[in-house]
Amino acid sequence: MISASKSADSGPEALKPAGSRIIRIEPSKGWVSLKIGELWEYRELLYFLTWRDLKVRYKQTLLGVLWAIIQPFFTMVVFSLFFGRLAKMPSDGIPYPIFTFSALVPWTFFTNGLAQASNSLVGSANLVTKVYFPRLAIPVASVLVGAVDFVLAFAILLCMMLYYGIVPTINIIWLPLLLALVIVTSLGVSLWLSALNVQFRDVKYVIPFLTQFWLFATPIAYPSSLLHQPWRTLYGLNPMVGVVEGFRWALLGAKTAPGVMVLVSALTALLILASGALYFRRMEKNFADII
Amino acid sequence: MSDTVIKVEGISKKFRIGSAEKAAYKTLRDNITEAFSYPFRKTSELFFRHKPSVAKDIWALKNVSFDVSSGEVIGIIGRNGAGKSTLLKILSRITEPTGGFAEIRGRVGSLLEVGTGFHPELTGRENIYLSGAILGMGRDEIKRNFDEIVSFAEVEKFVDTPVKRFSSGMYLRLAFSVAAHLNPEILIVDEVLAVGDTRFQEKCLNKMDDVGRKGRTVLFVSHSMPNITRLCKRAILLENGTVAANGASHSIVNLYLNNGRDTAASREWTDMSKAPGTDIVRLRGIRIILENGCVMDTVDISQTFGVEMEYEVLKPGYMLMPYYHFYNETNIAAFDVHDTDKAWRRRPRPAGLYKSTAWVHGNLLSEGRMFISAGLTRVDAAQTQFHEKYAVTVQIVENLENDSPARGDWSGEMGGVVRPLLRWSTQYGDTHDSPQS
Repeated sequence: MISASKSADSGPEALKPAGSRIIRIEPSKGWVSLKIGELWEYRELLYFLTWRDLKVRYKQTLLGVLWAIIQPFFTMVVFSLFFGRLAKMPSDGIPYPIFTFSALVPWTFFTNGLAQASNSLVGSANLVTKVYFPRLAIPVASVLVGAVDFVLAFAILLCMMLYYGIVPTINIIWLPLLLALVIVTSLGVSLWLSALNVQFRDVKYVIPFLTQFWLFATPIAYPSSLLHQPWRTLYGLNPMVGVVEGFRWALLGAKTAPGVMVLVSALTALLILASGALYFRRMEKNFADII
Repeated sequence: MSDTVIKVEGISKKFRIGSAEKAAYKTLRDNITEAFSYPFRKTSELFFRHKPSVAKDIWALKNVSFDVSSGEVIGIIGRNGAGKSTLLKILSRITEPTGGFAEIRGRVGSLLEVGTGFHPELTGRENIYLSGAILGMGRDEIKRNFDEIVSFAEVEKFVDTPVKRFSSGMYLRLAFSVAAHLNPEILIVDEVLAVGDTRFQEKCLNKMDDVGRKGRTVLFVSHSMPNITRLCKRAILLENGTVAANGASHSIVNLYLNNGRDTAASREWTDMSKAPGTDIVRLRGIRIILENGCVMDTVDISQTFGVEMEYEVLKPGYMLMPYYHFYNETNIAAFDVHDTDKAWRRRPRPAGLYKSTAWVHGNLLSEGRMFISAGLTRVDAAQTQFHEKYAVTVQIVENLENDSPARGDWSGEMGGVVRPLLRWSTQYGDTHDSPQS
């Protein structure tokens, strides 16, 4: 008898059985590794998620990307009126509008990142329950999207510096590090909040409070020089203090180098990021079940 | 072909219901009240021996094990809640098992939903890239397949329109098309085939068939038994989270479908008041018989058998027509037959006992189980007197030792609901009168 099975006439595409790696699926025990390498493998997905959020962000809005500027700019106007003009808040010898705006630029990046990222996982529930990828990609993409807004607001800041005739000092070389600091802070807090939000929807209600309190706990409307040592250094435990004072020092040439204070901020920020990432990883395996 | 690409060893998954079910997610307050009340509850337990109200655990999967070889297309079937989706979610690494392990060799693509990652505000073109990336395609891969994806989905004119303005059919077609062009070594599919109109469904099925034939391993969950038998050689039946059966897909499907259905070769109604029918006619019995009149539940493929219906006409003067509907094990209607006996067509029947038999000749039906519905209708008023769904069943068997003429010299599997013996002819040589270029 002749027996030629149907699959014998399959195309030239043959499977390469050797060389492919083996994925092992089992219950994870204890603290899991961060698997940063995996996130790198999925960098294209990270790119597309960021790109999606960017594309979608200002769809069907009238003012579009202008919103990126309007928000910090009008906050500056209000602060200048009330704190600068009426309350006569000291500003380390820098014109008050630019004093507060240079702080509002990184601050807006921070709070927008926080608000977007903390809701990002819950907002992507349909993805989380239907397809596998490193869940870290979702909040990371949300934070990265804010970078575009940041660049625009930063351009306005440069224009204002030109207007006030402020020439940045050589300290501007520290700016990339300060940028890294604000990203680390934003990401760290976002990881905590986004993972918590999967289980506790209270986070949604906490965020407006949190950002409001944090705004006043950060020297945006006032200089940190109002505090004396050692309180001033301790103040750096709020990582946004280091960011804001660092920005002023690097860009506007504020007299006192915030050295130790920024260091304290950087350490706190790294601690938040590391603990946030660990917490996120630990909760990650249950996301699909409880989201 | 025989190396194992998926190895599942004792996979279990526990879910908590009860308190966890009432509130899909806990609020911090719940946790806080729990934390505050915990010491009190503990003490009351100690003193009053109260049973603590524990949340109930449910095992969605219990000790599931199986192997899949490279290039196999495997169907997973089972009732709702049998654990099919949970199994796929674990194998897709969306959720973790509670116990056991699985090993997968090769790149996995999973399609648990049509349109994963689609964003309504984005255009068709943008969504192809986004959804592709989420499903695990590289950017170059998507670029290469872009035109094919668009033309397969038949949405060429609308690629630059936001998908929220798409009709639901267009949306589903585009979504499936992206997924269909995913090219992993192992594909995990959850019932995404039933999209679009019949023509597009057919196209999707063919595409799936293609994927299977290209030597890729496919795990396929579906409620559509014809699709399972059509696409898969092997099937796994899940029942309450455990593997109930694992084997050739047609026999597993058969097993699954026979669950809860009578499989008798004869049915008799002795109590006339309970028999199906009206005051005109009552059914007495339905039987599968051989030519010698014996009732038989198993018939050889080349043997003629009859489906006999015994009924009593109570009121004379009506034109009556008995009929049978034949279904195979996957619920496909093989054919319907109506009584064509010239002696009784369009003739008012006197009262009395009747036996109407339809003779199914040998070499007509394919092997497997046949479910036969029997009914009787009035011709003059098109009024069904009785209709017994799946009244009797017959198992058509094929014994390769005996002569099985329609098979020829083929010993492999044969498809189709029927296996007729056709007349073949061959011309040899001197064929230039046939149309050739």
